[in-house]
Amino acid sequence: MTTTPTRTPHVPATAPTRDGRPGTALRRTVLYAILVALTLVFLTPLVWMVITSLKTYDGAQRIPPTWLPDPISGYGYEQILDNSANPVLRWFLNSMLAATLHSLLVLVTASMAAYALARMRFRGRGVSFALIVGTLFIPPTSLIIPNFLIVDTLNWIDTLTVVVVPGAASAFGVFFLRQFFLSLPRELEEAAVLDGANQWQIFYRVVLPLSKPALATLAVLSFLTNWNDFLWPIFVLFSPEQLTLPPGLGLLQGSYVTDYPVIMAGAVLASVPVLILFVLAQRHIIQGVSRSGLKG
Amino acid sequence: MADVIEVGAARGDAPPPAASAARRGASAGRAGRATPYLFLAPYLVLFTVFGLLPILLGIWLSLHQWDFQLPNRPFVGLDNYKELFSSDSAVYGDWWQSVRATAIFTVLSVPLLVVIPLGLALLLNRSFPGRTFFRAVYFAPYVLGVAVIGLLWRFLLDANLGLVNRLLGVVGLPSDTPWVTDVPWAWISLVGVTVWWTSGFNAVIYLAGLQDIPQELYEAAKVDGASAWERFRHVTLPGLRPVLLFVLTTTILASANVFGQSFLITQGAPGTETRTVVWFVVEEGLRNNNAGRAAAMSIVFALMLAVVSLANFRLFRYRED
Repeated sequence: MTTTPTRTPHVPATAPTRDGRPGTALRRTVLYAILVALTLVFLTPLVWMVITSLKTYDGAQRIPPTWLPDPISGYGYEQILDNSANPVLRWFLNSMLAATLHSLLVLVTASMAAYALARMRFRGRGVSFALIVGTLFIPPTSLIIPNFLIVDTLNWIDTLTVVVVPGAASAFGVFFLRQFFLSLPRELEEAAVLDGANQWQIFYRVVLPLSKPALATLAVLSFLTNWNDFLWPIFVLFSPEQLTLPPGLGLLQGSYVTDYPVIMAGAVLASVPVLILFVLAQRHIIQGVSRSGLKG
Repeated sequence: MADVIEVGAARGDAPPPAASAARRGASAGRAGRATPYLFLAPYLVLFTVFGLLPILLGIWLSLHQWDFQLPNRPFVGLDNYKELFSSDSAVYGDWWQSVRATAIFTVLSVPLLVVIPLGLALLLNRSFPGRTFFRAVYFAPYVLGVAVIGLLWRFLLDANLGLVNRLLGVVGLPSDTPWVTDVPWAWISLVGVTVWWTSGFNAVIYLAGLQDIPQELYEAAKVDGASAWERFRHVTLPGLRPVLLFVLTTTILASANVFGQSFLITQGAPGTETRTVVWFVVEEGLRNNNAGRAAAMSIVFALMLAVVSLANFRLFRYRED
């Protein structure tokens, strides 16, 4: 953009963009060259992860490293799929279960609370909302020590519950959905009242169906956050069979040190579900992220 | 749904019932006094137990000598705070080293994470075939967790087996840099990895802000003969101000809370020089069973961040006036 020459004040204001003009072939080539170079920067590490996961131990130890696995080997994957000290498949299932349950818990609790805060009048609404928004400004990492004490008192340490529930207290979902509900036209809800619907029916039959895009965005973001969480699980999960993937990968690194095909196979396993989710739900993720910025 | 819409349509034809509907709507809302609280209850339970209680508990812990293993947890007043500031205490050196590490990382990473994503966003804020594809590619690393990217870059930055030194060697640069075991290389690695990992995230936020700037402003500026740089300086930047403030504030907070990168990539090396505040706090509180001291460190750290954020807001608002 900053290289665009300015010599066309006569272009009608309705012209699509300044890039649509002819004579831009050279500039377009430069643009694509930059875009492709950046693509290499962002993707090469991920490609290298996959390549290495398909090498043998010796293949990955070669100096200098080789680009292609020779031979292509299932060694890394065999190691992690049949491994009693590092039950990677179990971690995968734990992660899947935890992230799914967490995401559902966030959807249910945050949507109900957000609806009450957006549409109902009641004593204490202002205070509750101020408190909830106020915690957005407290770095969650500073609450880890007291939260550990709380989950310890509840006897949740080293269970699945400890990675599903506490994170759902985050104010983000309530804040995000409240903004969305406020943007919905009131007329449909008022019409439903005329129809004799109660608050619950309005919420369930009118508001939620209208909010599918926002709910999908929140569901996907909550899933990603929980799937990727590292700091909390490494301190509240201990037994090898209870771990989720991120602390599990840490353990894998500890046991295999420089056996990179095995470590990279674990990393690939942890990446594939979120990359698939990203491809399928890209629009939701990008919109969720950009909307979070505009609210700031 | 269908009946609801029909009723709504009928209502449109007859204004008087609409007014009464609104009134009845209000009364229906009040009919069950408990209803709003029932809607709020599930979230409020979570929020109270894991959002509010930990704040109070953190303050309370910080005033005690608290060991998870011991039955006696005596009240010690402000001792946990004082020892963080008295140079003869046992924790002083490690604590301030972690503050220093966090400050170095934040000061080095934030400018790059504010500027580079803005460049990416400007690049992507044009119409060209493949735009959505490239945006997705630049964002992709961000959907991976810190555990994955930490392990991946520990390997890529390995002095002997890593791809980074290999590629540097190919283009004739030194190929034996100890990226993860010595400073300043360790800092460059931590910052570089973080820029690679999260630039796409900030770029997407910038893109949304850029799309909110009215196209007419650019057209008008062009008619006035403004150069590309002048348009960037006088249209784009002012239009982005709220988004810039948001990106700056959240990036400072995110960088200051860095943990996984140094835990997994440099593993604190050399020595404990790249051990960050969050890491030191959890280690002190949960590994060394010193929850009182750790809680005090959390609070001091949260206050430091609050001061930085406030300064940030003031600075920006001041410049706006």
